[in-house]
Amino acid sequence: MNSGIIFGSLLDLRQLDLLASGDSTIHRLDARFKLLAAFGFILTVVSFDRYALSSLLPFFFVPLAICAMAGLPVWLVARKALLVLPFALLVGAADPLFDHTVQLQLGAVGISGGWLSFISIVLRALLSAVAAILLVAVTGVPAIGAALARFGVPQPLVTQLLFMYRYLFVLAEEAARASQARALRSIGRRGMGPGPFAAMIAHLLLCSWERAERVHQAMLARGFTGQFHSSQHYRFGLRELAALLLFAGGCLLLRLVNLPQLVGKAALGLIQGVV
Amino acid sequence: MSNPIVSADQLSFSYPDGTVALRSVSFVIYPGESVGVIGANGAGKSTLLQQLNGVLSPTSGQVQIGDIPVTSATLQEVRRSVGMVFQQPDDQLFMPTVYDDVAFGPLNLGITGQALEQCVFQALDAVSARHLAVKPPYRLSAGEKKRVAIATVLAMHSSVLVMDEPTAGLDPCGRREIMQLLSAFDQTRIITSHDLDMVAQVCSRVLLLHEGEIRADGAPGDILRNTALLAGCRLELPLSLQACCICGR
Repeated sequence: MNSGIIFGSLLDLRQLDLLASGDSTIHRLDARFKLLAAFGFILTVVSFDRYALSSLLPFFFVPLAICAMAGLPVWLVARKALLVLPFALLVGAADPLFDHTVQLQLGAVGISGGWLSFISIVLRALLSAVAAILLVAVTGVPAIGAALARFGVPQPLVTQLLFMYRYLFVLAEEAARASQARALRSIGRRGMGPGPFAAMIAHLLLCSWERAERVHQAMLARGFTGQFHSSQHYRFGLRELAALLLFAGGCLLLRLVNLPQLVGKAALGLIQGVV
Repeated sequence: MSNPIVSADQLSFSYPDGTVALRSVSFVIYPGESVGVIGANGAGKSTLLQQLNGVLSPTSGQVQIGDIPVTSATLQEVRRSVGMVFQQPDDQLFMPTVYDDVAFGPLNLGITGQALEQCVFQALDAVSARHLAVKPPYRLSAGEKKRVAIATVLAMHSSVLVMDEPTAGLDPCGRREIMQLLSAFDQTRIITSHDLDMVAQVCSRVLLLHEGEIRADGAPGDILRNTALLAGCRLELPLSLQACCICGR
């Protein structure tokens, strides 16, 4: 475990968290709308057939538009989304090997269905990752937790999610410190083997256990009896309803109409007319 | 003199592994007193504090808050009266935002709506932390975390504030701010600390613990100047009472 990697991941998470504290129209919308919108977007994207390519492309404009409206740096969202690329490549890598049927003819070059589905998997993975990242960046994990609770997700699950997120930073900092301390006292390869690593993980586990007990004591000291009460005010108003209808309509349109194909046909018709 | 607000009678406590942390500790504290509990590491300070609002239950003896004995049946009532600030603010601040954290206690007491908001902002104002309300706790500095941790207890309108090492790990300015805060409160304060200079300034009375027993109970001026007594309990004179290491005066 490298302390640099731990700190890097931590900073990335904190960056997303900072973005969530922004103040734009998108930020101000109720978290439940954003949760539904992200879920709907991902469902729409994955519902395309395995060879779909051109019909997926217009979906990339949706995150771009959200980034512009919410004032999010596109490069940051793109960089984080690219983290899913290795997994997507791994999942789709076998397709070109098994599916040799030519599905697309580009001049003299025939492109097999395997390659099409491989690219389609990568595009869909990227779009789904972007949707999840944008959801966190314009909502924040605490608000997502609250929205999940309002949707009826059991309170213990939501509480676990929120506590995990709250103490992720504390634990990651502890892990990074332990890792650094180990590296500083390791000479050559000695000390970097699996033995000390396992001992370090066990130590972190015990520290987490003790911290959990202290947190529970702090909760009890402030009158906790097992029931979480919320101080949040939620409002899923007309604005959210209108935004949801608009977003759902847009997704449906992009799902049913292949816009790039339509534009291509129109452009071709125009060129043929001129010639 | 009014009735005691905290009284411990022959209080003893042992941890499950057999470590004896408190041995027949008895004392009374009156409303408005500011009591410093000092002692070396392992003297039993934190254990004593955790008996006061029932986080730990005594092996024998009894703690009483006002006229309510601390038992499992009276915990809710006791915890309403005794607010505890833990040594590590990260253990105390567990909610997603500072506002939620300060609201946690009042919500458990059944306070909601406008009254809740008023309660939260009053507490945050008392520690000059209103501007931190929307921030997540992990994004605060150590000093801010300490102040917010104190606000979480103030919001419960506790009559007794119990604080474990409130100045530990703070820079000089953060320490000064906390000391000013502690001096300004009119609630009964029970503060454990190794920072004897802080105790000398903030507390009107000192309880000296050593190996789970009370070795001295009196005015800070008497106890904190007694070199032999302090040395016998593995402590030293506060820095402000030690001779200057440069000029020797």
